[in-house]
Amino acid sequence: MTPELLIGSITLFVLSIFLGFELITKVPATLHTPLMSGANAISGISIVGALIGANVAYEGGDTAVSGILAFVAVVLAMINVVGGFAVTNRMLNMIAGKKKGGA
Amino acid sequence: MEFSDWTSFGYLIAAALFIFGLKKLGHPRTAPRGNQLGAMGMLVAVVTTILEMQLADAKAEWGLIIAGLVLGSLIGYWMAVKVEMTGMPELVALFNGFGGAASALVALSETWRYIEGSALPTGLQLTVTMVAAGLSALVGWMTLTGSLLAMLKLKGGVEVFGKWIKTPTWGPSWLNGVKVLLIIAAFGLIYYGIDNPTDKNVIFGLIAVSSILGILLVLPIGGADMPVVVSLLNSLSGIAAAFTGFIINNSVLIVAGSLVGASGLILTFIMCKAMNRTLPDVLFKAFGGSGEKESLTRTKVGSDADEVAMMIDGAQKVIIVPGYGMAVSQCQHQVKEFADLIADKYDTEVAYAIHPVAGRMPGHMNVLLAEANVPYEQLIEMDEINPEFPDCDVALVIGANDTTNPAARTGEGPLAGMPIIDADQARTVVIIKRSLSVGYAGVDNDLFYMDKTMMMFGDGKKMMTELNNAIKEA
Repeated sequence: MTPELLIGSITLFVLSIFLGFELITKVPATLHTPLMSGANAISGISIVGALIGANVAYEGGDTAVSGILAFVAVVLAMINVVGGFAVTNRMLNMIAGKKKGGA
Repeated sequence: MEFSDWTSFGYLIAAALFIFGLKKLGHPRTAPRGNQLGAMGMLVAVVTTILEMQLADAKAEWGLIIAGLVLGSLIGYWMAVKVEMTGMPELVALFNGFGGAASALVALSETWRYIEGSALPTGLQLTVTMVAAGLSALVGWMTLTGSLLAMLKLKGGVEVFGKWIKTPTWGPSWLNGVKVLLIIAAFGLIYYGIDNPTDKNVIFGLIAVSSILGILLVLPIGGADMPVVVSLLNSLSGIAAAFTGFIINNSVLIVAGSLVGASGLILTFIMCKAMNRTLPDVLFKAFGGSGEKESLTRTKVGSDADEVAMMIDGAQKVIIVPGYGMAVSQCQHQVKEFADLIADKYDTEVAYAIHPVAGRMPGHMNVLLAEANVPYEQLIEMDEINPEFPDCDVALVIGANDTTNPAARTGEGPLAGMPIIDADQARTVVIIKRSLSVGYAGVDNDLFYMDKTMMMFGDGKKMMTELNNAIKEA
């Protein structure tokens, strides 16, 4: 790793944090839980890290334990991702259904 | 272009989809679309990663990786579809814990590889890897244990060998000092790990310290504040993912992780504000259910469905105040039936008063009532409906306690300062509740003992059904 690469990563990190602060401003109470749940599903992005980790570990040859750890990470991250988006979708469908019912 | 250039491009698209997704999730009209965009972003990120792995070199154990992907998807989908509406907050907490654990495991897998003999990186790369892996472990394990405890607290307890054990709430003020010491210890371990990357004890020590920290963070916090804590843990799991991104130099992990970390923190503040509390208050001052529950010395005579039906006969305006009890007894359909009945029979105006933290999660009541097809316009938020209570003939409180407790206005006790629904201003108050016992905050509710209050003791569903029958017969 070069210092330039690290600086680039840190820049990305800091700018994304600022962007995240700006993204959410006023959210009606109805959406607090779906928003939390949807954001939580996005934090399952560690699936990408888990996949890469699993790949690297298997390549390494004698790294059985790392491989198992990465495999468990893949499963857990995937539960987080799929379950998170699905449950958010369920919550939001109910809110949307309610509007149609009221019309 | 090289594969890696295409990869960066794929990750850029994924990151943009996450940004739009999060933005749209904050508005009622666009929220479903926002969720879909987020899911699409995730798909793009995963497909990009798999393609890169496949194209770069085909050594990967695809069988195992695909098995993991499928297994996780099936379990996640199954849990999301099976869960009862009442269990949704717990499920969000659980998923969140899994996300944190996944990040921590990636970090652990990476460092364990060196213990198993993979060549160590050198120089700057080694420092960055060890620091990022350490931070990822600290935040990730903390998120896991904290979320699991939060889940149990939302449930109220756990069943062990048929015995119901209540989740404890415990937090003397010296515990805050212990937390600070543990954080210092964690940083010490991370620093030591830079020079000793293959020392297993450092890794185990860090896992232990982080896990204990997560438990100590959530242990003193009472049920009413649990949504705020889950939101904070959600923010932390994002940060953990971002740190993991530093270990493997992956842009999409850094971007998505820090986006969730920052927006999750903002959401946490918004939720605190809705409850009129500050984050440090929530985190460091034990609240709710902490002390011994007040012993009940007062009594109240219960009323039956016929008496209540008589009160409601001729009421011009009824406001329904739902709480966690409605969620537990799943009586939202009976509540809707009741509203339709009186609107038909007596031409009564019906509205629902929604407290921002009624239930165990913000928006909990909205979701339940929406399931029963209650029209959106009838769900009115606390600040808007409170001025209407003096003109209201009957306030029907269903399984709500702390959110209607006038003690919150006195400025003393655990509920002090929490905004409440002014149900006590209504001409008559009908409360459906299983007993006179205290709510989550452990404070006796004066509302129950007022002369104008009628208590219907029993399960929400049973009482609502009886009430509906009594109105039909009247």
